[in-house]
Amino acid sequence: VYNHKGEVLISRVYRDDIGRNAVDAFRVNVIHARQQVRSPVNMIARTSFFHVKRSNIWLCAVSKKNLNAALVFQFLYKMLEVMGSYFGKINEENIKNNFVLIYELLDELLDYGYPQNTDTGVLKTFITQQGVKSQTKEETTKITNQVTGQIAWRREGIKYRRNELFLDVVESVNLLMSPQGQVLSAHVSGRVLMKSYLSGMPECKFGINDKVIVESRRAADSSSAAGATKSGHIAIDDCQFHQCVKLSKFDTEHAISFIPPDGEFELMRYRNTKDISLPFRVIPLVREIGRTKMEVKVVVKSNFKPSLLAQKVEVRIPTPLNTSGVQVICMKGKARYKASDNAIVWKIKRMGGMKEWQLSAEIDLLNATDKAKKWTRPPISMNFEVPFAASGFKVRYLKVFESKLNYSDHDVIKWVRYIGKSGLYETRC
Amino acid sequence: KMQGVAASVSDTLGNIRPWLHKVTTQSKMTDSKYFTTTRKGEIFELKAELNSDRKDKRKEAVKKVIASMTVGKDVSTLFPDVVNCMQADNLELKKLVYLYLMNYAKTQPDKAIMAVNTFVRDCEDPNPLIRALAVRTIGCIRVDEITAYLCDPLRKCLKDEDPYVRKTAAVCVAKLHDIDPLLVEEQGFLDMLKDLLADSNPMVVANAVAAMTEIGESAQTEAAARMLTWSGHLVNKLLTALNECTEWGQVFILDAVANYTPSEENEAQSMIERVCPRLAHANAAVVLSAVKVIMKLLELLTPGSDFVQSTVKKLSAPLVTLLSSEHEIQYVALRNINLIVQKRPEILKHELKVFFVKYNDPIYVKLEKLDILIRLTSAANIANVLAELKEYATEVDVDFVRKAVRAIGRCAIKVESAAERCVSTLLDLIQTKVNYVVQEAIVVIKDIFRKYPNKYESVIGTLCENLDTLDEPEARASMIWIIGEYAERIDNADELLESFLDGFADEQTSVQLQLLTAVVKLFLKRPTDTQELVQRVLSLATQEADNPDLRDRGYIYWRLLSTDPAAAKQVVLAEKPLISEETDLLEPSLLGELVCHIGSLASVYHRPPSAFVDGRVAAQRKGLPSRAPTLAEATGAADAGAEVVPTDNAQNAKPAVSVIPTQDSLIGDLLDIDMSGGGGGSGITQQSAAPAVPSQSNAMDLLGDGLDSLLGLGGPAPQQPPQQQPAVGGGSGVDALADIFGGLSATPSAQAGFTPQLESWLPAQRGKGMQIDGRFLRRGAQLQMELQVRNNAMQQLSGFAIQFNKNSFGLAPAQPLSLNPLAPMQTATTLLPLHTKGQVQKMEPLLNLQVAVKNNIDVFYFSCLVPIHVLFTEEGGMDKRVFLSTWKDIPADSESQTSLGSYSHSPDSVSNLLQSCNVFTIARRSVDGIEMLYQSMKLCNGILVLAELKISGGAFTLSLKSRHAEVYSGVQESYLKILKSSN
Repeated sequence: VYNHKGEVLISRVYRDDIGRNAVDAFRVNVIHARQQVRSPVNMIARTSFFHVKRSNIWLCAVSKKNLNAALVFQFLYKMLEVMGSYFGKINEENIKNNFVLIYELLDELLDYGYPQNTDTGVLKTFITQQGVKSQTKEETTKITNQVTGQIAWRREGIKYRRNELFLDVVESVNLLMSPQGQVLSAHVSGRVLMKSYLSGMPECKFGINDKVIVESRRAADSSSAAGATKSGHIAIDDCQFHQCVKLSKFDTEHAISFIPPDGEFELMRYRNTKDISLPFRVIPLVREIGRTKMEVKVVVKSNFKPSLLAQKVEVRIPTPLNTSGVQVICMKGKARYKASDNAIVWKIKRMGGMKEWQLSAEIDLLNATDKAKKWTRPPISMNFEVPFAASGFKVRYLKVFESKLNYSDHDVIKWVRYIGKSGLYETRC
Repeated sequence: KMQGVAASVSDTLGNIRPWLHKVTTQSKMTDSKYFTTTRKGEIFELKAELNSDRKDKRKEAVKKVIASMTVGKDVSTLFPDVVNCMQADNLELKKLVYLYLMNYAKTQPDKAIMAVNTFVRDCEDPNPLIRALAVRTIGCIRVDEITAYLCDPLRKCLKDEDPYVRKTAAVCVAKLHDIDPLLVEEQGFLDMLKDLLADSNPMVVANAVAAMTEIGESAQTEAAARMLTWSGHLVNKLLTALNECTEWGQVFILDAVANYTPSEENEAQSMIERVCPRLAHANAAVVLSAVKVIMKLLELLTPGSDFVQSTVKKLSAPLVTLLSSEHEIQYVALRNINLIVQKRPEILKHELKVFFVKYNDPIYVKLEKLDILIRLTSAANIANVLAELKEYATEVDVDFVRKAVRAIGRCAIKVESAAERCVSTLLDLIQTKVNYVVQEAIVVIKDIFRKYPNKYESVIGTLCENLDTLDEPEARASMIWIIGEYAERIDNADELLESFLDGFADEQTSVQLQLLTAVVKLFLKRPTDTQELVQRVLSLATQEADNPDLRDRGYIYWRLLSTDPAAAKQVVLAEKPLISEETDLLEPSLLGELVCHIGSLASVYHRPPSAFVDGRVAAQRKGLPSRAPTLAEATGAADAGAEVVPTDNAQNAKPAVSVIPTQDSLIGDLLDIDMSGGGGGSGITQQSAAPAVPSQSNAMDLLGDGLDSLLGLGGPAPQQPPQQQPAVGGGSGVDALADIFGGLSATPSAQAGFTPQLESWLPAQRGKGMQIDGRFLRRGAQLQMELQVRNNAMQQLSGFAIQFNKNSFGLAPAQPLSLNPLAPMQTATTLLPLHTKGQVQKMEPLLNLQVAVKNNIDVFYFSCLVPIHVLFTEEGGMDKRVFLSTWKDIPADSESQTSLGSYSHSPDSVSNLLQSCNVFTIARRSVDGIEMLYQSMKLCNGILVLAELKISGGAFTLSLKSRHAEVYSGVQESYLKILKSSN
């Protein structure tokens, strides 16, 4: 772990073949490299360096072996996550403040270069910085069993007075549109976040309106579902699950069943490319008037039920580097030219469905000298939040079973919420 | 308490604010203060604090020590004081002390012993966390004295009742194996490790798998290696355990399973079925490892079957999903997809759009996406791709734009129907007048011309307009090629070329060569008005250039033109073979190997592991398995295209595929012919050389008057081939040629190879009458020990047997000693084949070999030195570029230079002679009468040695570079011996 100056904050050597000089090699060749390094993996003198950068902090893994590169990066991200959950923001100050803790964590996270247990919840049961003082034998065996156990993500004996669970379906809509309004690529990447406050070791079953799952279910009990021809199923391209989900069961029966970790976690991720209802359309019109003037018109159309409200709508219209002044007129919301970002930022707090608003701007340019770099017209990007899932994703049911404790599915209070957010939502101009 | 937190968390989504954060910031945990101490006398103060009576003070002090250690300060002098703190029962303090120990034990081995007792005691602590901590740490302390104490505690811990201790111990076995492999194998730890594979706890199993995989790659003895191979039964069990493992454990298991090749198609099929669910895992490493296993197993199935097709379908979605993860992981995924697309294009052929570049992608992701985009381009989607590429060509990043322009050219070559659109796109781009875009466009247009000759010449005019802006060699060379090729259509071609000619000396070789050829083409097409030009370029090439390639080409043209212009026309203006569409595909066997390494670094670099990993592991090559021959026959030729690596089924785990193309070995073979010594060998070369020489001298004859008559220029000296350079000049062409061929035909038969003298190993007085002389030889890749045994005793000697002690290179007899009973005063010679798979122990001196010979009287011991060159393997040759990069990779301070004395050898004879000892000459350079030979050799244990042999007026100087400096003296010795032997 380095700070932005290339000073070492944390360094832990797991294998003998890496010496202290590797530390300097990375500093000289990557952090202070004359040309910015163009790859996250670099080989210097037959030693491979993997790095990830978070704000000002460089996280670097070093090896001489032919190891699993995907595993290394996945681990580095996991490490950021674990550190983040222990002491918040990853910055130099926090790392210095917690260096003993980090060493202790590294001890558990990795052994001889092999990732071990990286689940924050479990780590917190025995790395606390308060010092493990007088633990009884039972307590420690409980800890070790849990650390290595089959269900490493949940400890036993959790009790809540109120059994509650929250489901958030968060989708980010990604779009790349040509200036002519043709969709070049669009996909939704969705996440199902769950917060569970359930007692005991509950087993959950989760149902969604995925075509494959629904169809296989129907085939299974065709007698009961005769005539059920209502559509509204979506075709999910691919989905991934938290490690608590029994993957083999999903593969054979298309059932999502799991014992959830306590607290908040990401149950599944999915990706969808078909039949996406795009919440917004951006229609740009750029005209260059001579060498010192440009005219931009942008129309934003909302394309969803009028009863729904979109929030935090923001359109960024990039301007050339040699912009000297901008006059903006917009019907709704506020628009300002931000010289530091080289963009006009148009903010609309709320926007109902099926509306169409326009912004027009005149951009004055400094006389472009030959030296001035060519402007490459970055795309217009957009941010928003809408209260529905653009892919049409629906939660059909979530059932909770706990055989040992006496509460049933009906006693659990469940909350479901859908949020559609913008991912990379861009229109070229 | 938890509920309170829950409420606060639940309203802000995705904003995890753990309760611990508060705890840590509130309590005054400002560890950062430890970083600030940089005063003098600090060490002294720390020492006092470490020995303080108060626990908390000691803890503070240790923290300071660790902080200094982290920033790179040397705090090793505090070793004893820190170790004193170790007995504390505070777990946190203990961890810190252990951390310190791991860092400094090596520098203070004698003092590290002090810690051993505590370690052993901690290994029996009632708290499993402490037991595990002790085992974990002790394995990281690489001090021989401590290692010895490690065995017993480790054995106990492997059978510990607590799974946490067991899983830590499993990894410790791998650590120990790295320190002392034989110890692990002898002490039976491998068996115990194997038992852990059946452990009830999934994490123990996962770690045991990881340890076994690692040990398996570097196992020392055959028995151990055999024990660690994965059986079908075992793999089956592991796949069952897969469901219960953590994400990392799943990666270990999948990587291990990838090393196993099932024997039947059914088995492969069921394995695929069981691995497939992993593709839906959230961890990219799990997904990629699963993809690797599946890609490998697919090779074993009947191509085109329904199952294969449905599996291939399943692969595409997860791969695409990887592209929505973090940038670095995307990069790894893209590099792998690049491989997969080459291997099985059908997987992603419909997913073109996901590889469209986004504005905010980091540059490394952009470049990779572009690469894959081109691979997926087909007639069906070319319109989309082209529109994208044009967009990219207007971006800011120079590399990316260049690549995009080049990609347009590749599209044109790949999809004929779109070529016209591509060309017009390129022309649009040229109009932008952005310097590097124009240059790149011209380079690709040249390729398009080659693919579709006489189709798009209309654009030449536009190209010529941009002549002045070209400043890069590749673009200049391309432009010159175009001018030469279409000289008859460009009216001012001669002027254009002449303008290039003015700066001829400053151009790069590629441009010079191109210019030479272009002018000759021009001359052949318009002989009337370009004579002057062609003379000028020929004299520039032959007289003023240093580059031999250029000179040679100049001479050849000169002779061709002077002897037979018609023939020249045939040669120079011949129809060119069309260029192929995919020039940058990886070689199939390399691709196959890389597919076996999906997810790993090799797949990121697109280089086999042997190219960047040291040691034995690298020597093992993986390859894709091939289907059983019977099946292959059954399905007939249909699958010929699908098979990548033809392997012997019996050993398909490690097929012996040579990845480096054959050109080197071909040259090696040619040289080998006369090297092998016998009269037959040199006869062949002489025969092959014989027809060459006369024909060349013919050419010389013709040149003499032919040149004059045909060019009609006779007379003044400058037009004559220069006489003043006797070595290469035209007049002495025969000499020059003879010189070149001389190395091959004349000399070598005399010095067919190098055979060392017999050395006296065991004098008769020490051997109770038995005298042994011997030497080491290498014949046809077989290492041999020649023993000449003489019986000086009064009685018959019989019952001979031989044994070697462990040695540096693992030499051991491959057969028992075969020697008949020996009557008094009789001498017998025997050849004992050796192998290098024996036990390894580093000797002093390195090449020392201790031998025991037994006969009916007694056992006798002697030691001899193995000349290192017999350990050079036949695979020591390498590509020039590999040589160069390896040479650069090795730090300059590990270079060693010695003077070898003076000899009468010519550079050719030296390189031939050394070649016979598997010292391969990679390149040769001569500067001002000094000859430099660049040579490489590879020892049987994989160590590479690179050499630069400088011959300056008969004096030989040798510079060696290797990662293992120990071998230098041996190599120098061998060079000396070889040079002396035939001087």
